[in-house]
Amino acid sequence: MSAEPETEIEEELPLQELPLDAWHRGKGARMVGFAGYHMPIQYEGIMAEHLWTREHAGLFDVSHMGQLAFTGEDVDTALENVIPASLRNLAVGRQRYSLLLDEEGGILDDLMVSRRPDDIYMVVNGATKYDDIGWLIEHLPDEVTMNLLDEHALLALQGPEAVTALSRLVTGVEQLYFMDCAGFTWEGHDLWVSRSGYTGEDGFEISLPAEAAAAFAEALCAQPEVKPIGLGARDSLRLEAGLPLYGHDLSPEISAIGADLGFAILKKRREAGGFIGYARVAQEVAEGAPVKRVGFAIEGKLPAREGAEIYAGVQKVGSITSGGHSPSLGVPIAMGWVDASQSAIGTALEIEVRGKRIAATVAPMPFVPHRYHRKPS
Amino acid sequence: MSRYFTEDHEWVDVEGEIATVGITNYAQEQLGDIVFVELPEEGKTFDKGDDAAVVESVKAASDVYSPVSGEVVEANGALEDEPALVNSDAEEDGWFFKLRLTDAGELDSLMDEAAYTKYVAGL
Repeated sequence: MSAEPETEIEEELPLQELPLDAWHRGKGARMVGFAGYHMPIQYEGIMAEHLWTREHAGLFDVSHMGQLAFTGEDVDTALENVIPASLRNLAVGRQRYSLLLDEEGGILDDLMVSRRPDDIYMVVNGATKYDDIGWLIEHLPDEVTMNLLDEHALLALQGPEAVTALSRLVTGVEQLYFMDCAGFTWEGHDLWVSRSGYTGEDGFEISLPAEAAAAFAEALCAQPEVKPIGLGARDSLRLEAGLPLYGHDLSPEISAIGADLGFAILKKRREAGGFIGYARVAQEVAEGAPVKRVGFAIEGKLPAREGAEIYAGVQKVGSITSGGHSPSLGVPIAMGWVDASQSAIGTALEIEVRGKRIAATVAPMPFVPHRYHRKPS
Repeated sequence: MSRYFTEDHEWVDVEGEIATVGITNYAQEQLGDIVFVELPEEGKTFDKGDDAAVVESVKAASDVYSPVSGEVVEANGALEDEPALVNSDAEEDGWFFKLRLTDAGELDSLMDEAAYTKYVAGL
């Protein structure tokens, strides 16, 4: 028996340790290489961890991600010239999802950007962070200073009971709504907390000094609602939530509109442009994207995974970019890129898995409804 | 009845000319939650080392090789409804398929339980 190689594993460079490395091992984690670091793939098992997060609260270590802070004269304009986010109207304590686009409008990364009292704070993917930094240095003016907060850990607490557990330790976090963020303290340590995450559940992302991370993680896991959750369940949770994973569902080959991330580019910026990659965004807003990211409901039990080809009759019309078994639904689910002509919800297609064709239908996402704590409008 | 093991973590029970094949408890622990098992059809013939089955965990698909040569005489239909049997009882009820051996001599190249235990301890 042998497993197919996992594409995430990078073997060129020795893997680095994150601040919680020993803590994970102490909790019985199985560690794997991911984005250049030793990371916990699972503790008690992906299925149990996934379901626990959907019912209670799961603690994820995402310290491999890049945390960047920007300051300097007219930093908003400088960043708006590079990324399609609207920053000038971003209030202190608010966060937005955005993208890093190349000149051709391909996606270099997806990211979160927020305004803190003293800087603009950005979280980018772990595997791409050094490329992102290079890109940003190249395209930002000298007046803007960018700091990589590499002495900060990043934790995510996700699930319907996350607010109960976290507010017991950090009073006030319960007052944040989805995509709000604010500073708090815990036992003398500064925390930057946003009400967001990547599981589709209510929850929080917490940036804190690396030296406080193990004690804080331990304090969270001492709460009856909280268990540590590995990367395996993080992947199945975000897939159920219909959230794309960079390097799989997003890459320079797909555009923001094709990836169904047009919501990340607000109306004003769609119309006025003035950011890298705008030409393609404008063209695809007007004419539609040739290739689209869609979800698939799959007949039967056989999972269709990344790389599986999608057919309409004899014609290849796309490929799966992530797929697997949905622990919450008990069936296979997948996301992929298809020709725009085949992307309507309900389109019946076939996916080839090990030489066999399985029936699949373009399905609405999320597969499992989001349960964000949105501000009542 | 004798039990043999491979370095790829399959086990083989041999009774007369019939070999029952499954994956070891160590293998199921490594794979994690198993959600689908693709089994060979009756009548299919394998050479030793051929791809014989596929086991899908939440995370990934893994090939299962035929540890010996032979013709498939039965596949474990219980795994279609309950693939998690491989997790709960890998080395008994979670068996994959039965082969009619074509070369019993191939068994000599496999490990016995003591040798396999030692092999796993060294991984």
